[in-house]
Amino acid sequence: MKKVLISLALIFSTTYLFAQQTYPVNGSYDIRQGTYAFTNATIVVNAAQTIPNGTLLIKGQVIQAVGTGLRIPKGYVIVDLKGKFIYPSLIDAFTDYGLPEVARTIGGARQSIFTSTKKGAYGWNEAIRPETHANAIFAADSKKADELRKAGFGSVNAVNRDGIARGTSTAVTLSDDKENNTILKAESAANYSFNKGTSQNDYPTSLMGSIALLRQTYYDSQWYGKQKEEYNISLEEFNKQQNIPQIFEADGWQNVLRADKIAKEFGKQYIIKSGGDEYQRIDAVKATGASLIVPLTFIKAYDAEDSTESRSITLAQMKAWEMAPANPAALEKAGIRFALTTHGLENVKDFWASLVLAIDNGLSQEQALRSLTEIPAAMIGITDKAGTLEKGKLANFIITSDSLFKKTNVIEENWVQGKRHILFKKDDKEKKDSLNKLSSRTEPGKQLGALIFPFTAFGNSTPLKQETVLLKNATVWTNEKEGILQNADVLLENGKIRAVGKNLSSAGAKVIDATGKHITPGIIDEHSHIAGTGGINEGAQASSAEVRIGDVINSEDVNIYRQLAGGVTTSQILHGSANPVGGQSQLIKLRWGRLPEELKFEGADGFIKFALGENVKQSNFGTGARFPVTRMGVEQTFVDNFTRAKEYKAAMAKKGNTVRRDLELDAIVEILDNKRFITCHSYVQSEINMLIKVADSLGFKINTFTHILEGYKVADKMKAHGIAASTFSDWWAYKMEVAEAIPYNGKIMHNVGITTAFNSDDAEMARRLNQEAGKAVLYGGVPEEEAFKFVTLNPAKMLHIDNKVGSLKAGKDADVVIWSDNPLSIYARAEKTFVDGIAYWDMERDAQIRTEQKAERARLIQKMKDSKAKGGKTQRPQNDAPKLYDCETLEDYSLELNELERSHAHE
Amino acid sequence: MNRSISTLLISFIGLSAFAQANISPARKQDKRVIIMGAKLHIGNGQVIDNGYLIFDKGKITGVGDATLAKLNLTDATMINANGKHVYPGFIAPITNLGLIEYSSVKATLDHTEIGDLNPNVRALIAYNTDSKVPATLRSNGVLMAQITPEGGMLSGSSSVVQLDAWNWEDAAILKDDAQHMNWPVTPVFRSGSGRTAPTQATLKERTQKQVDILDQFFAEAKAYAETEKPEVINTRLAAMKHLFDGTQKLFISADSERDIIAAVKFAKKYGITPILVGGDEAHLVIPFLKENNITVVVKEPHSLPNSTDDDVNMPYKNAGILANAGVDVVMSMHSYWQLRNLPFMAGTVSAWGLDKEKALQIITLNTAKALGIEKTAGSLETGKDATLFISTGDALDMKTNRVEQAFIQGRDINLDNLHKQLDKKFSAKYSSQ
Repeated sequence: MKKVLISLALIFSTTYLFAQQTYPVNGSYDIRQGTYAFTNATIVVNAAQTIPNGTLLIKGQVIQAVGTGLRIPKGYVIVDLKGKFIYPSLIDAFTDYGLPEVARTIGGARQSIFTSTKKGAYGWNEAIRPETHANAIFAADSKKADELRKAGFGSVNAVNRDGIARGTSTAVTLSDDKENNTILKAESAANYSFNKGTSQNDYPTSLMGSIALLRQTYYDSQWYGKQKEEYNISLEEFNKQQNIPQIFEADGWQNVLRADKIAKEFGKQYIIKSGGDEYQRIDAVKATGASLIVPLTFIKAYDAEDSTESRSITLAQMKAWEMAPANPAALEKAGIRFALTTHGLENVKDFWASLVLAIDNGLSQEQALRSLTEIPAAMIGITDKAGTLEKGKLANFIITSDSLFKKTNVIEENWVQGKRHILFKKDDKEKKDSLNKLSSRTEPGKQLGALIFPFTAFGNSTPLKQETVLLKNATVWTNEKEGILQNADVLLENGKIRAVGKNLSSAGAKVIDATGKHITPGIIDEHSHIAGTGGINEGAQASSAEVRIGDVINSEDVNIYRQLAGGVTTSQILHGSANPVGGQSQLIKLRWGRLPEELKFEGADGFIKFALGENVKQSNFGTGARFPVTRMGVEQTFVDNFTRAKEYKAAMAKKGNTVRRDLELDAIVEILDNKRFITCHSYVQSEINMLIKVADSLGFKINTFTHILEGYKVADKMKAHGIAASTFSDWWAYKMEVAEAIPYNGKIMHNVGITTAFNSDDAEMARRLNQEAGKAVLYGGVPEEEAFKFVTLNPAKMLHIDNKVGSLKAGKDADVVIWSDNPLSIYARAEKTFVDGIAYWDMERDAQIRTEQKAERARLIQKMKDSKAKGGKTQRPQNDAPKLYDCETLEDYSLELNELERSHAHE
Repeated sequence: MNRSISTLLISFIGLSAFAQANISPARKQDKRVIIMGAKLHIGNGQVIDNGYLIFDKGKITGVGDATLAKLNLTDATMINANGKHVYPGFIAPITNLGLIEYSSVKATLDHTEIGDLNPNVRALIAYNTDSKVPATLRSNGVLMAQITPEGGMLSGSSSVVQLDAWNWEDAAILKDDAQHMNWPVTPVFRSGSGRTAPTQATLKERTQKQVDILDQFFAEAKAYAETEKPEVINTRLAAMKHLFDGTQKLFISADSERDIIAAVKFAKKYGITPILVGGDEAHLVIPFLKENNITVVVKEPHSLPNSTDDDVNMPYKNAGILANAGVDVVMSMHSYWQLRNLPFMAGTVSAWGLDKEKALQIITLNTAKALGIEKTAGSLETGKDATLFISTGDALDMKTNRVEQAFIQGRDINLDNLHKQLDKKFSAKYSSQ
């Protein structure tokens, strides 16, 4: 019988009953019935229904019947499958099958290409390319189809993974037939990502820029539908694609949340291709309501043999290695609807080994099957054709030697659109090898380590609690008219300061003896760039008022913890200083372990970063092609922006207007309306004076000059305009515009009557802003109480949050630090730092965490060594230090993603 | 007290001119000086609570307990320093001070020459005594520095200078005190660095090749040093000569446990006891360092931890861990303008576990020893240069560091600087408004 089948398979390269009809044939037509009866098989119709001893009838590419005791009509080839299983063939909702490889750009300097290089009536930015239709560029790839078929797949969604708006994907079968016959759904979904891909344009350079560009595109498309002046293929196509499924590629759970936030803004629900780390914040992922397409890319163990190298492996890396295989199980347990994908695997051959590992880690077989058949079929709109074995659907099925998920099972045949592909080889070495590689990782019955929040060193496995705390008998720096109190108490309750004074008592409060200690309000850093991701500069254009730091807050940054250890409780996370009009700022509280959205300071006014001087005129970087390159041009950038914003505002105010909503100008209008406030990076007196004059002439206010190292030269002008100053204590000489920066700057501005602060702009210095305040005493003799306000009450005032933080007063937030000594002294150490009454930093607990995590590291290193000893693959340790940003940091988010992908592909 | 400080300041400025260009190096000491009643921080770990200190012709001639001493007060300038503190001048090792004026302006950069083997390159001759920076360091007690070239594997020779001079010749305390070497590092790759991570074997080979180049260079330099009349004069090899006769020191930068051990062994092979610079992982090889008598020049504690998982306060504790274990530690800062914070680096180390006077040692006597100037500098001891200052308070703490008067080799130096001048200029503007 075997011989017959093989010869049949050879002839099958001819035409079928349901083949495309428009193509001429060279010679006699060879159209066949393709009628088959598969008998005596265990037929798994879908994850919920199995027919023992069943029969499957197909004709051509369609299933005619499934069931037991079916009458087999005459003229059918009967295939006896006694002892074998039939499953619907698998579906992958996210592949780049049959599409040209996207040439990922690597490295290289900015090119200053401001608008699209694509000829024709397309949109301005090449990253928005909804005019791309995968069905138009799809070409079957027999080699890749063969790989996927071997793994059991019968149909896939082909996504052109290029750009932010990527156009439509197409659902196809893995048949080698002419494409006319294999495309199941021409436009299966509209696709998106945060990666600008091959776009030549500089904009966007950052993740927040990608987000802003996509949001703007939604608004543009809404406007486009209502206007008649402009013809724009990109926007037209974008609009046409809004009613099909929307797939968003967003790796990492934080990006899943970011993508979902965009979806919600525009009334969408994306299907999100995720990164496989959802287990780290499963509740937040579930709350998005999004269905996911989840990879099985489990990293290899790190080679921990070399003790020097193994020290650079982080706890987070090791825990991710251990826990990622349990991700599908966690998703199932949480009740999240998800499909599984081969995407991201180094080799499709590893698919089964990875899946088995996921099942060993708790994923149910039913869920696995559903996530590989019905769910992806529904996601890409081919439920009527594939995903289950039902009458009328395509004859896409696999024949297996055993139950599909058994380790000894072999997929023997894969039928695609009624065409047989024989896969079975006697010696199935490949699968065994692949299984062996990963089986070294499972230790049945052994518990995984605990989840920690955030998922990095110093994360806590149980959330820290708010307590009622009575701090007794300390020197208390109130920053109120009471001044510095000796032998005083502070009572914290429900996240607020309940009372400050002498001899306080409270039943049930946890009492902390603070004799000999100093208690102060938490430090507020007016200028910080921690806890951000994907770049903090969107410098490709002179104005990037549309981007929002709030979109890219990273809750997992260890610098949050490090700064809590220095007494910091609130930080303003600013856009960088690469351009005159930067992005919108985000005020956060350092709530270590909470979600990005939960870090945000509730109810605070919105701010925006402006910048002047060397950075915005690109003195030390860039091509010199982006306007402006002089301080003269900087002035005109502001004049132009505010002039346009005024016109825009007036036009918007007219009834029935069809003005295009512009996110960039919206932010400027907010400034004009006193709803958004400016923090302006500035150095030399001429430019400071300039912006004050521009503001006067165009009717806006400057809230704060930051850096402001020559503020001492124009302090009278700043004072007259009520502008606050946030400066460095003693930085100078690192560039030309700080040639006359002096450490007496703070003192002079303070003495003139300006609200003055010292800030960090530096993840290291932020850890000891108390000492920087001490330098106001050193340089110029500012009284101690006033000096300490430079890093507490004064920044609170300039951030408009002094009604909540910045001093110790009943009713204010319980953001409090206990110091071992006078906080202005080099000898002072922060012993406890409370935010909302929760001691996120506690020196004693820190010591305990370090001991525990040392043990956890040792356990994981041993486990990785064991895995290696059992033949498991390893990879070289990679230093995964957090990115450090300051004002001048330039990076290209998309380029980095591309590089990452490329380096993985070449490992 | 605040008021008295500000009047003092004003009187100082009143005496001096109003522009940096007019801050002249001080004249030679012409009269014996006696400082009475101060707390003397000797620099070797000892303290005299109520002390006297006498210096004459630039040298310290007497140090002791004021309550016990009988002093000859004739022909002497008496400084009443009751309740104040006297410290030996702080020393900044391994710095590009005077080699850089504005780090982002290329024309002002003279700290890194091209090439891998530049032992003949000399930092001293590029040291700019007219830089505006040194005067800002003196004001906080930093009075000496080791001007050091950077880059390559052998960067060149440093020299020790004092910070009140007309020109680099005047400034030099010890010319070409040391050679500076950067040990070839086996890099750890950062994830997403774009390039395919090379295999461990490739990396080891790459590092080994560089070590081989160094090894050959040292071997040939040693042979060259032993040749009485070389046929061909080689300035690079010639510059290495004094490493082998022990009159010039060798500073080697290395951070990882493996590199530290390799670097020390390398130097020992040529009969040199090196001084280790950096030493991030020095705390892991303390017995090895002690066995080999290795001084460690640590990086500034005001740094972030090396890796995510490290104790967040590790940079603060590091120097103290080494010092408390008996390793000789010297404090450095990788910068020039920030060196005015050098005293506070020692303060930080003290706050996180090292005895205060021992912390002082890491910016005074330990440094002097590492630089080879301990016979004339680094502590308040008879016979040494009178390079010292008076502070009203604890000089290791910014809250109390107030340098009132400073002497370099007995010369009463001008403590004015560009920043004080600009402060005065603009403060005066506003007070007249």
